[in-house]
Amino acid sequence: MTALLSLSQIKKNYGAVEALQGVDLELNKGEILALVGDNGAGKSTLIKILSGVIAPTSGAITLEGQTVSFSSPRSSTEHGITTVYQDLALCENLDVVGNLFLGHEELAKKIRFPRILSSFKMQRMAIDLLASLSINLPSIRSRVEQLSGGQRQAVAIARALSLNPQIILLDEPTAALGAAQRRDLLGLMSTLKKRDIGVIFITHNLNEVLQVSDRVVVLRQGKNISSAPTSEITEASLVAVITGISNELSTKKLVEN
Amino acid sequence: MARESSFTSRRIRLPGSIQELVPAVGALIAIVTVMTIINHKFLLPSNITNLLLQQAEPATLAIGLVMILLLGEIDLSVGAVSGFCAGIMASLSVRHGVNPIISIALAISAGAFVGLFQSLWVVLFEIPAFIVTLAGLIAWQGGLFAVLGSQGTIGLTDPKIEFLTQAFLSNFVAWIFFTVLVFGFCLSRAISYIKSKKLEISGPSLRVVISQSIIFTLIVLIFLLYFQRDRGFPVSFFIALSLAIWLHLISKYTRFGRNVYAIGGSSEAARRAGVPVKRIRVQVFMIATACAGLAGILGSSRLSAVGSGQGGGTLLLNAIAAVVIGGTSLFGGRGHIWSALIGTLIIGAISNGMDLLALASPVKYGVTASVLLAAVTFDSISRKRSSKKTT
Repeated sequence: MTALLSLSQIKKNYGAVEALQGVDLELNKGEILALVGDNGAGKSTLIKILSGVIAPTSGAITLEGQTVSFSSPRSSTEHGITTVYQDLALCENLDVVGNLFLGHEELAKKIRFPRILSSFKMQRMAIDLLASLSINLPSIRSRVEQLSGGQRQAVAIARALSLNPQIILLDEPTAALGAAQRRDLLGLMSTLKKRDIGVIFITHNLNEVLQVSDRVVVLRQGKNISSAPTSEITEASLVAVITGISNELSTKKLVEN
Repeated sequence: MARESSFTSRRIRLPGSIQELVPAVGALIAIVTVMTIINHKFLLPSNITNLLLQQAEPATLAIGLVMILLLGEIDLSVGAVSGFCAGIMASLSVRHGVNPIISIALAISAGAFVGLFQSLWVVLFEIPAFIVTLAGLIAWQGGLFAVLGSQGTIGLTDPKIEFLTQAFLSNFVAWIFFTVLVFGFCLSRAISYIKSKKLEISGPSLRVVISQSIIFTLIVLIFLLYFQRDRGFPVSFFIALSLAIWLHLISKYTRFGRNVYAIGGSSEAARRAGVPVKRIRVQVFMIATACAGLAGILGSSRLSAVGSGQGGGTLLLNAIAAVVIGGTSLFGGRGHIWSALIGTLIIGAISNGMDLLALASPVKYGVTASVLLAAVTFDSISRKRSSKKTT
């Protein structure tokens, strides 16, 4: 089976600094891949490359066997990759509907110019989208600044999903959340999995990694050190690889060796 | 079901865009009331008509500035640009014998071109608009001197140019405008009622839609009859009003307008969402300077001349003050086009009322300054309060 997304030998240099020194990675449909590593391991750089914010120095990105390159955030989105940034990247002054459709507003079809917003249709679509994700908000017309942290997070994820992505990148999605909101979010991730969406998520919380991910990839100093199915990983083996004590995640393989 | 309970709000609300006008309109009504109590002549149709004639120029300037402020930017050059454009119009029509209508069109295009030039510096070299437009302020003042030449002043005598500020809408035109306005408003409310019912989203009830339409019709009718008691509605302010209606529709109902608000809220979020931030910045700066050109033409038409002081003095700062007093945030992303007209009328009413009382200038400036400070404080506090709700 061809992987949904595959990266080979991705390198990124910032001047003399090698942020990524050749990363290989594969993601399948309906797979939740946890990307872990210490600060400065290159996780965020990798996410930025995939979301089209920065271009890699060298290396190839393949989507379902096709080699692609992203010139801008928009081109990454057009290839079916959406990102939920750590800072959420929402416009607080706009309402929920405005944020959900920002950059891809529904337009009235009868008049081509000026491009008139089809705001009633967007409201209807927003209600359906949020309901399908079991997200409850006080009102879709409330400004995002009036929402709680968890609600904002939900809006950001719903926004990413409104683009019908094949792949969704979550950059530390639970960092700012309380316990209940965190549980809701992890539930939402299994909804994504059921829809055959590939999820890459970055987190520092190892419990979450073991709880929801299917597979774990550890980055260290710009290289992918090890990758293993989550079922074969223990917290101890994960910590050992992240900190550099060991280079093998899978306890099964460790035993074999 | 959870869906219904969580998405239908029971709170009584004015339709979105009207609600945010409340503080500024309240302030305007309060000031008009106070002025009328002090001197009953203030509210005479002849005086209010004069007020509108005086305020058409700053109002038009302020309308363009609202777009800039919504974007979270500032344009200090618009006053000087208005003078420069008025100079171009005067020079073309008087000295070079160009048809006045063509002169006006060329002058407004020159304004848009200035905006294009300045905003390209802002987006390509990433220099703050504050500095680029400050340079523009100085440069276009110089531009006005260059256009005027050694004589210093150009008198405007063409009836087509004087028409702009010395004419009033005939009853016939006024009634047509009234009909279009009322029909447009009622239609938009009806569409919003029908669409929200059809798509099963929360919308206004039939009773609300009908009462809104009746109230709107009555208000417009009262204004129409009021101005017809004197000379009629001034053409110059009618131009400003039409411009405001047009930009209001653009800012609230088009993708361009939505993107302007989005950039004002967070330009980085807008950029990552694929909004063409640079292109929209350029377009907004062009709209503002084109409005400035129109403002300059209205101003020079009122004075029947263009002198070296055109577009200078307190014009720019009063226009910025008006926009903020009218309820548009200096911090970007919050506000509405109407703040330009409401704010200009507030400043104009204070000034006009003080003149009727024959109060000294220091009092006038002091009151205007206090109102501005109050408006900015209100803006800052309400901003803090709305973001505090999140915790």
